[in-house]
Amino acid sequence: MDILLQQVLNAVSLGGIYALLALGLAVVFSIIGLINFAHGELMTVAGYALFLGVLFAVPLPVAVALAIGAAAMAAVLTERLAFRPMRKADATSLLLTSFAVSAILRVIFQNGISARPKPIPLPPALSGSVDLGPVHLGAVPLASIIVTMVSLTALTLFLKRTTMGRAMRAAAEDFQVLRLMGIRANRVIAVAFALSGALAGISAILWVAQRGSVDPLMGFIPVLKAFVAAVIGGLGSLPGAVAGGFVLGITEVLFQAFLPEAALPFRDAFVLSVVIAILIWRPEGLIPAKSARRS
Amino acid sequence: MLTVSELSVRYGQVEALRGLGLTVAKGSVTVLLGSNGAGKSSTLNAITGLAQPRGRITFEGTRIDGLAPEDIVSKGIALCPEGRRVFPSLSVAENLHLGGAAHARGEVLATRIEAELVRFPILRERYNQKAGLLSGGEQQMLAIARALMTAPRLLLLDEPSLGLAPKVVDQVFDLILSLRDQGITILLVEQNAERALEIADQGYVLQSGVLVLSGTGAELAASDLIRQAYLAG
Repeated sequence: MDILLQQVLNAVSLGGIYALLALGLAVVFSIIGLINFAHGELMTVAGYALFLGVLFAVPLPVAVALAIGAAAMAAVLTERLAFRPMRKADATSLLLTSFAVSAILRVIFQNGISARPKPIPLPPALSGSVDLGPVHLGAVPLASIIVTMVSLTALTLFLKRTTMGRAMRAAAEDFQVLRLMGIRANRVIAVAFALSGALAGISAILWVAQRGSVDPLMGFIPVLKAFVAAVIGGLGSLPGAVAGGFVLGITEVLFQAFLPEAALPFRDAFVLSVVIAILIWRPEGLIPAKSARRS
Repeated sequence: MLTVSELSVRYGQVEALRGLGLTVAKGSVTVLLGSNGAGKSSTLNAITGLAQPRGRITFEGTRIDGLAPEDIVSKGIALCPEGRRVFPSLSVAENLHLGGAAHARGEVLATRIEAELVRFPILRERYNQKAGLLSGGEQQMLAIARALMTAPRLLLLDEPSLGLAPKVVDQVFDLILSLRDQGITILLVEQNAERALEIADQGYVLQSGVLVLSGTGAELAASDLIRQAYLAG
């Protein structure tokens, strides 16, 4: 019972991280048609900011806030410096630009900080387990689920209730007409990147909390998973990104937990088979985006 | 109010509009006629900054060609685009809100929305529904109301009667006249030449990107070209 519940918890918490990452990709894709492969490096930025915060003994909540802020700022900067000059280019050029941004940032991390992982000691409260009656649950997965839920709720409220949130939903459907209403395209795009960066930052904190260290390549695997999640969900669809993230995370953990030992090395093959099956069943993704056009 | 001269628009190799000149007088209804691909929408896109034109566009004495769409709308020009293009997954309320959000906030914005709901009672009934679930006529009303939320002095309407039932078409044309009576200048692009010329003070006819005819509504309605090409008989 304990083990089953713990696995469910792990599945949902990993799914939540993928969901946040996939959302970060989807927010930007839905508006400017860019699949930002530098998204993983935004995670790394947050990871190092957290590392520095802990190194200089900044109180943890402050360090976490700084890390998320740093990722958001980095996202806005990459937009301003790299993607805005390429705004009128086609989707392929934008994609290549994001590879370039990603590679440049990785080199900066490797040469400027260190190619080796830097440990981030976790506060004792997060390393233990939480006792709910007879059941013991890991504190990190539990905290990560709570953080995911709070983030998703906050994002939903932002998109539904605020003018900028509505403008972003509208931009995903028809950016030209939104500009005809006098709403500044550059501002909407900058906010989309900031939001995307903040989501990468939150995911990075949760990712680091499970691993206890940061390294220059830490964002590579998560952003690939996030891309797969976003595609399963329906590229550019925000509810789809969340659904895809949870489906991918839960599938991974379930195979990890219940595959026979001999088959475990092939876990990712099993996971990707599920992905392929989903795409055969629903080629547009679980919850397709309303408008998938334009770059 | 609006003067366009030597206006050309290219999309890559395709020249959509060549050397167009026209004027829209304050308080008038001006009509732009022509078949598909004649350059009507390109003209409107150039005026609103959605297309990058060559040539000169002057609105109330200042050059506006080359400005971004966001800046042109803040000068008092609104476009209600072809095909309505409401935001389908947003509610009627959200569509109207976004229409005015860049120009007003708080109380003023609420007053403007209320004014549109008085003008279009059907939108009050559908207020919290998704715009994509509205009928074609209702979407057209919403698209016009959303454009009016920017409080324009010049309203550009691109094929507002397209695909609508005859009764709704009547409503649209009545609406255009009442907007003009409230002091909003109208530049109307239409395929329904007969109806459009009935309400036009001035008209222009485009063919393959070139201006071929202009005159008052009555003159155009009587011209051979219009009678043969657009009017039955």
